[in-house]
Amino acid sequence: MDILKEIAASLERGEDDRVAGLVRQALEQRCAPLDILNRGLIAGMDVVGEQFRKREIFLPDVLIAARGMYAGLDLLKPLLAREGVPSAGRIVLGSVHGDLHDIGKNLVAIMLKGAGFDVLDLGADVPAQRFVDAAQEHGATVIGLSALLTTTMPVMKEVVDLVRARGLAGRVKVIVGGAPVSEAWAREIGADAHGYDAANAVERVRALVAAGA
Amino acid sequence: MRSLLERLAAGEVLIGDGAWGTLLMTRGLKPGEAPEVINLSRPEVLEEIAWLYLEAGADLVTTNSFGGSPARLRRYGLDAQTEAINRAAVEAVRRVAGGRAYVSASVGPSGHLLKPYGDGDPAEIGAGFERQIRALAEAGADLVCIETMIDLAEAVLAVRAARAVAPALPVMATMTFERTRRGFFTVMGASIEQAARELGEAGADIVGSNCGNGSAVMVEIAREFRAHTGRPMAIQPNAGLPEPRGGETVYPETPEFMAEQAKALVRAGVAIVGGCCGTTPEHVRALRAAVG
Repeated sequence: MDILKEIAASLERGEDDRVAGLVRQALEQRCAPLDILNRGLIAGMDVVGEQFRKREIFLPDVLIAARGMYAGLDLLKPLLAREGVPSAGRIVLGSVHGDLHDIGKNLVAIMLKGAGFDVLDLGADVPAQRFVDAAQEHGATVIGLSALLTTTMPVMKEVVDLVRARGLAGRVKVIVGGAPVSEAWAREIGADAHGYDAANAVERVRALVAAGA
Repeated sequence: MRSLLERLAAGEVLIGDGAWGTLLMTRGLKPGEAPEVINLSRPEVLEEIAWLYLEAGADLVTTNSFGGSPARLRRYGLDAQTEAINRAAVEAVRRVAGGRAYVSASVGPSGHLLKPYGDGDPAEIGAGFERQIRALAEAGADLVCIETMIDLAEAVLAVRAARAVAPALPVMATMTFERTRRGFFTVMGASIEQAARELGEAGADIVGSNCGNGSAVMVEIAREFRAHTGRPMAIQPNAGLPEPRGGETVYPETPEFMAEQAKALVRAGVAIVGGCCGTTPEHVRALRAAVG
């Protein structure tokens, strides 16, 4: 099998401990790091994300695949940087102030990294200002907000308002998600997008980045 | 009061209570604050909520200890107060409902995924559950209510902890399932069949489901549980999934709607019907009226 397909397949099969070795092998075969990323790691994580969305696999399977992906990414990152290959985009992500739930947010971070995005994960219980500060400081064009409680959802609006107040609207887009969060809520607070699950969040972020470019 | 398990064995249907979090918020709990802090600072609020549910007709009243495991309290720097927080949760409900309703001692997930998927050490998480449940039992809880679990391994740790430190108390264990094309599973991949078997083997007296996508789906979940367990079943649904309405988020299922579903739940063999997120004393009143 083509070594890049082999990398993707190893992620799909949950053989996380094989991924780094296969990536090294691909580099020895003179595959371009960007090809290894796109046609190996990202292709594999796309399938994993889709299978999870359909619940053909479950959270533990995704976490294992992610471990393999990170091992591969660690090898590729310095090479991509040396070649000056830009990432798919830079996004700041976190669960909003008052919300300690982070399983869903972590999953979105995994899927975004697996899609080639540069992700700055601020963790859980993040105040509105820190999201916007971090986006400005690191030049992120997307802020991703997670809330699992109806009581913490209003913090999402604070972030949207702060992005506007700092004159960043249009340059920094806000995407929201979490079990109680809906498309209607996103519209109501003026967010740019809503991701209804991790795979959908990646699609929406891709669209936001493409629209902003 | 007759024992809970005797009444269930006799085929009686009992009513649980509804959500606590939302009532705590309207009484001053701030976003970002551990809901269990109020157990020590303002226990009279717990008494008031317990009274609202008792008065609405609940046979079981839940304690405000869902996040009372030391692993979870540690996030707020409160783990040293595990015993005091859990004791206070039980004592407040007992003062109001003791002898009139069962004091159902809530135990929620630790908030950590177990190794190898997360950083949770099973021995440590299990010991934490034992510590929490010992405090709940010593304060006079009538049953241990392990709820909203998504990882069967963690749920089993909690059930075993209850069996170990509170062998005299009935144990109820409920998990949160979602519908997939292949049937109902938790997000961690546990099926209803696995849950029914493993929770039962670990020593749960009552099994079932709580939280989730609303009461209509729960009827299907209950039927599937019935196919895989002879134990009494408990079902405590959310009032649907929250929807935005005029700047607020509202849970869509009315007390009347939920009461209709409760009848179907009882027909499916459910012994304990209550509510989870978004349910109120009005929902409990409607459940009581529907189920009798």
